[in-house]
Amino acid sequence: MIPRPKPERFRLRRTMMFLSAQKPGLTKDAYIYGVDSIMLDLEDAVAENQKDAARFSLYHTLKTIDYGDTEVIVRINGLDTPHWKEDIRVCVAGGADGIRIAKCESAQDVLTVEKHVEEAEKEFGVEVGRTLLMAALESPKGILNAYEICAASPRMFGCAISGGDFRKCMQTKFTPSGIDMLTARGMMLIAARAAGVQCFDTVYTNLKDEEGYRAEVMQNKEMGFDGKSLINPKQIRLVHELFAPTEKEITQAEKIVRAYREQSAAGVGVFTVDGKMIDIAFIPGAERTLKLARACGLYEGDLV
Amino acid sequence: MKNAVGRDIPDYLLTNGKEVYQGKNYMDGKYITKASPKTRRYEKPQESKVVATIADALRQCNCKDGCTFSFHHHLRNGDYVANMVIAAAVEELGIKDITVAATSLGSAHDVIADYIEQGIVTGIQTSGIRGRIGDVVSAGKLKTPAIIRSHGGRPRAIEAGEVHIDIAVIAAPTSDCVGNCRGIGGKHNCGSMGYAMMDAKYADYVIVVTDDLVEFPNMPASVKAIDVDAVVVVDSIGDPKKIASAAARISENPRDLMMAENVAKVIASTPYFKDGFSFQTGVGGPSLAANLFLEKYMDERNIKMGWAIGGICGPMVEMLKKGKVGKVIDVQDFDLDAVNSINQTPNHFEMSASQYANPANKGAFVNKLDFVVLAALEIDTDFNVNVLTGSDGVLRGAPGGHPDTAAGSKCCVIVTPLTRGRMATVCEHVVTVTTPGDCVDVLVTDYGIAVNPLRPDLIECLDNAGIPHVSIESLKEKAYSLVGRPDDLQWEDKVVAILEARDGTILDVVRKIKPYTVDQE
Repeated sequence: MIPRPKPERFRLRRTMMFLSAQKPGLTKDAYIYGVDSIMLDLEDAVAENQKDAARFSLYHTLKTIDYGDTEVIVRINGLDTPHWKEDIRVCVAGGADGIRIAKCESAQDVLTVEKHVEEAEKEFGVEVGRTLLMAALESPKGILNAYEICAASPRMFGCAISGGDFRKCMQTKFTPSGIDMLTARGMMLIAARAAGVQCFDTVYTNLKDEEGYRAEVMQNKEMGFDGKSLINPKQIRLVHELFAPTEKEITQAEKIVRAYREQSAAGVGVFTVDGKMIDIAFIPGAERTLKLARACGLYEGDLV
Repeated sequence: MKNAVGRDIPDYLLTNGKEVYQGKNYMDGKYITKASPKTRRYEKPQESKVVATIADALRQCNCKDGCTFSFHHHLRNGDYVANMVIAAAVEELGIKDITVAATSLGSAHDVIADYIEQGIVTGIQTSGIRGRIGDVVSAGKLKTPAIIRSHGGRPRAIEAGEVHIDIAVIAAPTSDCVGNCRGIGGKHNCGSMGYAMMDAKYADYVIVVTDDLVEFPNMPASVKAIDVDAVVVVDSIGDPKKIASAAARISENPRDLMMAENVAKVIASTPYFKDGFSFQTGVGGPSLAANLFLEKYMDERNIKMGWAIGGICGPMVEMLKKGKVGKVIDVQDFDLDAVNSINQTPNHFEMSASQYANPANKGAFVNKLDFVVLAALEIDTDFNVNVLTGSDGVLRGAPGGHPDTAAGSKCCVIVTPLTRGRMATVCEHVVTVTTPGDCVDVLVTDYGIAVNPLRPDLIECLDNAGIPHVSIESLKEKAYSLVGRPDDLQWEDKVVAILEARDGTILDVVRKIKPYTVDQE
């Protein structure tokens, strides 16, 4: 039995890597690649007649593998299947950090899952409220209800769009520019920020197309995503590289935070740094840059 | 008597000046008298040395009971020649008490195991021992202990007269009628013939076996007519599919790639990583992939590799063609890209095994090596490496150039996954020490990097570069926590193989394995 620390609702989640819960060879040490979160999958990666076996390996994986600081989330089967209730019991009994609700379409879906999670927590003697939730938005309805979904429970830490299913619903296909999902991504981001939770982009499935992958990750960063779902350890490095603040951004953020603290102590509210006007509105952004830089191992100072 | 790596060597093996391993460079400065062969004079001009059959060639070479044959392994697991020659000696000439002194033996030579079981082959001296030969030797069926040497240790032993070759057999992709041989230009090409060169010089008799007789003179020759007694033409010297694979591909396995990237990071953190550095790597997944990541660091710092040695394959040839490495010098070729490049691509040269790795000569290439990246079956907390015996104690590997390059290089990096199936690769005590820990500097695994405490300078390099590393003990504990701590192997007293250090001292012995029994309670 591996004791896991209490999950943090808000933490660094640049990369969430999907793995079939049924493949011990993959799940036994998926953390060695330095991914932020592991997503053990009971849903699409597991054949219909193997759901039971997958839950069995999932439980023993959670109980025997020491994932250290790596977050362990489980994607459960959709609420329209006969599997999700047992999935939840296994996740909670095994001590998963969080559950990803597949095909989430409404706040009610979140509440339904939450109810069963709580029951399982009581059943297995797990601290009530320990198990976090996130929602996968896979349909137009899910996107339209994104805000109520994200705000439905204090267990919710974020939402992610699932490209494959969403494109199917919209009768579009993948485009390199991302125009096929631009609106959905934008709406989901706005909803997540409004609800104060994190937001993650979908997987990039063509492992051979490095340029296309880089372009999509760059767009994710520019749009304001917190992270991305991945299908292969090879994809981790680029996200961490591109999501990390640049040296210039770190220096600038340091200057702003330091100057703000000095100036506000002296009673000054607005001032300039390198010729640019700075006031309190800039501080959260600069502090976030420094926190991210610290998490990426690029900042060792004491301002955050 | 216990040696410097803590292995107990039976005293009865320590005769005729044989010593136990004393540590790196122990033999430095000592003198040897080189052995010399007794060879026949061919003063009267001969039109051709071609004889009809292998048996005829053996008769001409005075093949007798107690004969020591040498073979080389450039045809790798596709080799037909060693089997043909031993079969001819046994079945047609009725020779007994044969010693097979090969540069390596694999499952291609399984039939030799039958001759061991029949008591006809009574001695084995080799670097690699795999397949059925490994099984029967481990089972104690060979009359004398097998002697396992590194690629550098073998030419040393030949020069010192510790192994005297009666008949050297050269498996030649091409030969002319008087025995000038090359590894290219024929039907079954192997490229370099580096391991055969010393054998031809030090054997009493030399027989060339080829399946492609070419016009005289076959130049530039790897083995030269001046040393050859007879040439035999056969239908086929080997199975082309197993001699040289199509281009060795760089692994796409994320685990291999992650380890390879860390290998490159470690290398780039040392002071030896500068313009003109030298490098050798194996062809295993993570070792070969290290090339890829190293190239990135080379580009970033705008430096080039001076030279590379070893067994060579396509990716290194590619770097040579792109001008990223100045010279490639090779003793063996692993794929068709390398086979087709040697002596064809400018600055791609052939070298002998002695030139490559012999610790007793005056200038082996390994002594000038900056980096070597090597694999391991097991590595223990003293950094001793085993590449010879499996976790069941059975012979199934090859020291090859491992101990030579580890000892010669300035920075020896071992790269291996922490576990393989149920086996812990990082362990308390390796089954057999094939490369002593005082020659091994850094271990890269998928669960972390460990630096040999004997190298505080390298620890500082990694720290300065911000490369995290842990103690090798913690890696061992991690491995055991994953797969469990194995029981000790059970051995009988009988020594079935002697593992010679490259300098000729005894590094370890392999004993007969006791059949495994489950306690019935």
